[in-house]
Amino acid sequence: MNWEIVMGLEVHLQLATQSKIFSGSSAQFGAAPNEQADAVDLGMPGMLPVLNEQAVRYAVKFGLGIGARIGDRSVFDRKNYFYPDLPKGYQVSQFFSPIVCEGMFEVPLEDGTLFPIRITRAHLEEDAGKSVHDVFQQETGIDLNRAGTPLLEIVTEPDFRSAEQAVAYLKALHSLVTYLGISDGNMSEGSMRCDINVSLREKGSQTLGTRTEIKNVNSFRFVERAIHSEYERQADILESGGTITQETRLYDAEQNVTRSMRSKEVANDYRYFPEPDLLPIVIDSDYIEAVRATLPELPGAKRTRFTSDYGLSEYDAALIVPHHAMADYFEAVVQFCKAPKPAANWILGDLSGALNRNEMGIEESPITPERLAGLIVRIEDGTLSSKLAKQVFDAMWEGEGDTDEIVATRGLKQVSDSGALEAMVDEVIANSPDQVTQYLAADEAKRKKLSGFFVGQVMKASKGQANPQMLNALLLEKLNNQS
Amino acid sequence: MTDSTLLHASVSHLRQLLKDRAVSSEELTQACLKQIDETNEALNAVITVCPEQALESARAADSALAKGESKSLTGIPLLHKDIFCTRGVRTTCGSRMLEQFVPAYDATVVSKMKAEGVVMLGKCNMDEFAMGSSNETSFFGTVKNPWDLSCVPGGSSGGSAAALATGMAPLVTGTDTGGSIRQPASLCGVTGLKPTYGRVSRLGIIAFASSLDQAGPMARTAEDCALALTAMAGMDDGDSTSANLPVPDFHSALNPNLQGLRIGLPREYFNDDLNTDVRARVMAALSELEKAGASLIDIDLPHSHYAIATYYVIAPAEASANLARYDGVRFGYRCEQPSDLEDLYQRSRSEGFGEEVQRRILVGTYALSAGFYDAYFNKAQQVRRVITEDFRRAFEQVDVIAGPSAPGVAFPFGAKQQDPIAMYMEDIYTLAVNLAGLPGLSTPAGLINGMPVGLQLIGKPFDEQTILNAAHRLQIDTDWHSARPNLETIAS
Repeated sequence: MNWEIVMGLEVHLQLATQSKIFSGSSAQFGAAPNEQADAVDLGMPGMLPVLNEQAVRYAVKFGLGIGARIGDRSVFDRKNYFYPDLPKGYQVSQFFSPIVCEGMFEVPLEDGTLFPIRITRAHLEEDAGKSVHDVFQQETGIDLNRAGTPLLEIVTEPDFRSAEQAVAYLKALHSLVTYLGISDGNMSEGSMRCDINVSLREKGSQTLGTRTEIKNVNSFRFVERAIHSEYERQADILESGGTITQETRLYDAEQNVTRSMRSKEVANDYRYFPEPDLLPIVIDSDYIEAVRATLPELPGAKRTRFTSDYGLSEYDAALIVPHHAMADYFEAVVQFCKAPKPAANWILGDLSGALNRNEMGIEESPITPERLAGLIVRIEDGTLSSKLAKQVFDAMWEGEGDTDEIVATRGLKQVSDSGALEAMVDEVIANSPDQVTQYLAADEAKRKKLSGFFVGQVMKASKGQANPQMLNALLLEKLNNQS
Repeated sequence: MTDSTLLHASVSHLRQLLKDRAVSSEELTQACLKQIDETNEALNAVITVCPEQALESARAADSALAKGESKSLTGIPLLHKDIFCTRGVRTTCGSRMLEQFVPAYDATVVSKMKAEGVVMLGKCNMDEFAMGSSNETSFFGTVKNPWDLSCVPGGSSGGSAAALATGMAPLVTGTDTGGSIRQPASLCGVTGLKPTYGRVSRLGIIAFASSLDQAGPMARTAEDCALALTAMAGMDDGDSTSANLPVPDFHSALNPNLQGLRIGLPREYFNDDLNTDVRARVMAALSELEKAGASLIDIDLPHSHYAIATYYVIAPAEASANLARYDGVRFGYRCEQPSDLEDLYQRSRSEGFGEEVQRRILVGTYALSAGFYDAYFNKAQQVRRVITEDFRRAFEQVDVIAGPSAPGVAFPFGAKQQDPIAMYMEDIYTLAVNLAGLPGLSTPAGLINGMPVGLQLIGKPFDEQTILNAAHRLQIDTDWHSARPNLETIAS
C-alpha cells in the first residue's frame, strides 16, 4: 500500500535570557550541579515567581518574526504532575492563552522554493531540572540548574509530509531564532528539543491516522532517522492489518528504533489552572511596535536581497544566509572587495573548509573579512593567480599578515610582464623540440591537452608566478606560429 | 508598673513608655517571655520560642531608643504566626511535614517589621497549613481559648489570637485566607485586620490558596493594627500580586469622626439564620457607631449564599498545587525506607500531612480533574466574579459593610471536628471578603455568657483606613476591646 506520512512538530526552544524565567538565577549552561538554583528554583515554601521581562520580549520577537498574532492578554497556568526534578510539583506554562497565536512560517527548501508551515501557537514555560542516573550507585541525583530556564514551545499544524521537510523546518527555525538573537539554538546542549507527532494514512485520504509522539529528539540527523524508522514501524503494522496505539515514544539512536515509553509516565491528567501567583501578561500595540523596531533583517528578506543585489545564486544564498555570522562575514567581505561571487566562493570553499577542519565558527576565523577581501582584490586585479591565491590564503590562515605583506615577503607576485613571460615561453619552446613537433602534428582536440606540458614548464620556470591567462595566450600564439 | 499592666498595654501605650524610658525593651521582652513560660503549657499557643534572639534584639532596640534612633515599632515584642518564614528559626506551618524546616530567608513581612524595630519572641501555633477554623488540625496540638480552656480559639491564626489575649505579646501576625484572622480575633476578643488582597506581600508566607491568602496584624486595639499595617504593607518586587500603591500612614491618619459614614447591613447576614445573641451584640456595636454619627443602611449581597461552595472549590484547588512541593524529595518530612519513588511520594505525604490537609488536597485535585474543571473550578471562578460584583455595587451606596465576624462564640473542642461542613460554616461571614479581595476587620463587641464576640467591618478595596477609623471610634466609645480573660486559673 502507498502511505502518506503526516507530521506536526513541537519544538522546545530555550531562550537565551540572562536569568531564569521566574527567578534571578543565572540561566547559563554548564555550571556545577545545583549551583544555579535559588530558593525559587528549589520550590522552597513561601517562594514566589517573578516574570522575567526579557523572556516576554523574546517570545514577542519570535511571534513578530513569523508574522504571528501576539496575544494581547496571555496567562500562565500550572501544569500539575509529580516528578523528582520538578520542584514545585507543577510546571508554570501557558495552556489556555498563549503569548504567540497562529502564524505562518515559510521554510526554504534546497531547491530555493518556499514551503509554508502553519504555526498553531508558541507559549512560554519553565524548564524542569534533570535527573542524573549515572553518577551515584543505586541512587538518582537531581540537578536543578535547568529548572526555571525559559522555554518557548513552538507548535505547528500537521503540515509536514516528509522527513526532509521536517528537517528543513528545523534548520530554518534554528536560523530564525539565531537571527532574532533569542536563542543559541544549540541542540547538543538541549537549547532546541523536538517532539514529532507522526501518523500515516493512505495516499489521497483526507482523514488523519492515529498518531504517536516521538519525544525529545536532539539533532537534525536524528530527527530524519527517527521519522524514517517510525514510518517503517507504522507502515509494517498497518500493512499487516494492525492498528497504531496512540502513545509517546522515544528514539533510540544507537539501535535506530523508536520505543514506547511506559504508559504510566504518560497517562497524566495535568489539571491545568491559571497560576494565581502571576498576573496576566498584557501586551499593547506600543510594546509590540517597540519590539518590532528591534527586529533585524530576517533570513527570508536577506536571501532575496543577496540574490537580487549581489547576484548570488539561490543555491549560494541558501548556504550563506541561514548562518547569521556567515551572512555578516560575507557582507563585510563584499563591502571591501566589491566582488560578491568570488566572496561567496571563497567563503563557501576554502574558508569553510579550513574552519571545519579546525572545528571553528566563522566568528573565530583567523582571517578577517577585510583580509579575505584584500586577497580577492589581488586576484581580480591579476596580481595573483588562483594557485598563488591559495598559497596566500594558507599563509594568511597561519597569521603571516595581509595579502600584500605575504606577497612581498614570499615574493609571490604573479608575472604579468609580457616581455619576461615571452622570454620564458621562448626558452621552453626552444628546449622542447620533440614536444613541439608532437604538438604541431596533433589535431585541435589533442593540441589542447598537449599544451599543458608547456604551461607546466613555464610555471616551473616562473616558480608558479606566471599569469595563467597571459601565459596561455602567449603560448598558443607562439606554438601556432612554429609551423 | 506591674507586669500585668505591662502585659496588657497596647502597642501605642508601650511605644510611649519605651520612648520615655519608663520601661526598657529588655524588661518588656523578659515579661513577655515569662508570660509565655508560665501560660503556654496550658494554652499551647506558641510552637517555638526564641528567648536569646529576642533579648538580643531587645537590647539592640534599647540602645537605638537611647540614641533616639527608634523606628515605628522599636522594642515592641511580637509573635509571628508560624506560617511566616523566619531565617534561622524553625517554621512549621503547624505541620509534621515542616516539623524540622528552618528557612534560609525571612518573609517580606518579617523583614519589614524587623526593619521597624520589633522584637520577635517566637512563632505561634496554627491550623496545619492554615486549614481550619478551630486550631484543632495543628500537628503540634490544639490551642486552648484563654477565655475557656475547654473551647477552641478559632483558626487558623488561633495561636496568635490566644497568645495576644493572654498577654504573651502585645502584637501578633496572622494570615487570612477565608477568615483566619477575623474569626479567631472574634473568638478570643482581640482586634484583627485582614488587609486588601495585594496590600501586604505574600513573599515568604507559606502558601495555602494564593489568590486568597493575605497577611495582617492582630492587636489589642484598632490603633495598634493601624501602626502594624503601616509597617507591614507595601509593594514588593518579589510578589507580582502585591499592589503598586503608596501606603498611607494609617496610624497618623486615624480619624474617629464618623459623621456621614454610611454603614451597610447585608440582609443576607442579618437573616433568621443569625444567632440571636450574636445579633444582639453586633447591633449593640452598630448602634454605638450610629450614635457617633454613622448611618445604618440595609443592603443586599444577593449571591452571599454561594460563597462557601465557591471558596471550597477555589481554595482547595489552589492548595492542591501549592502543597505538591512537599514530596519528601528536597526538604520536609520524608518517610522511612521508601521502596521506590511512588512509595516515597505516597507515604511521605500520607504521613506528613494531617487529615484535613489531605481532605482539601483531594477535593482540590478532584475539582481540577479532566471532565470536572468546567463544572467546578471554572464555575467557581465565575461565581467569584459575581460575588465581587455584589460588593462593588453595594459600595456605591455605602462606605463600610458590617456584620458578625463569626456565627457564634468559641465552641468546645471536638464539637465540629467530625463534621467538616459545620466547621466550614464558621467562616460563613468572612469567606466572601477573601473571594472579593476586600479588607475586613474584627473588633470586640462584648461578651455572650462570658465569651467574646466580634463585629466585622468590611471596606472598599485598599480603604483599610475607613474600617480602622470606625473600629477606633468604637474602641474610644466602649471598652469591649479591654475585656480580658481571667488568667489566674491558667498560670498555676
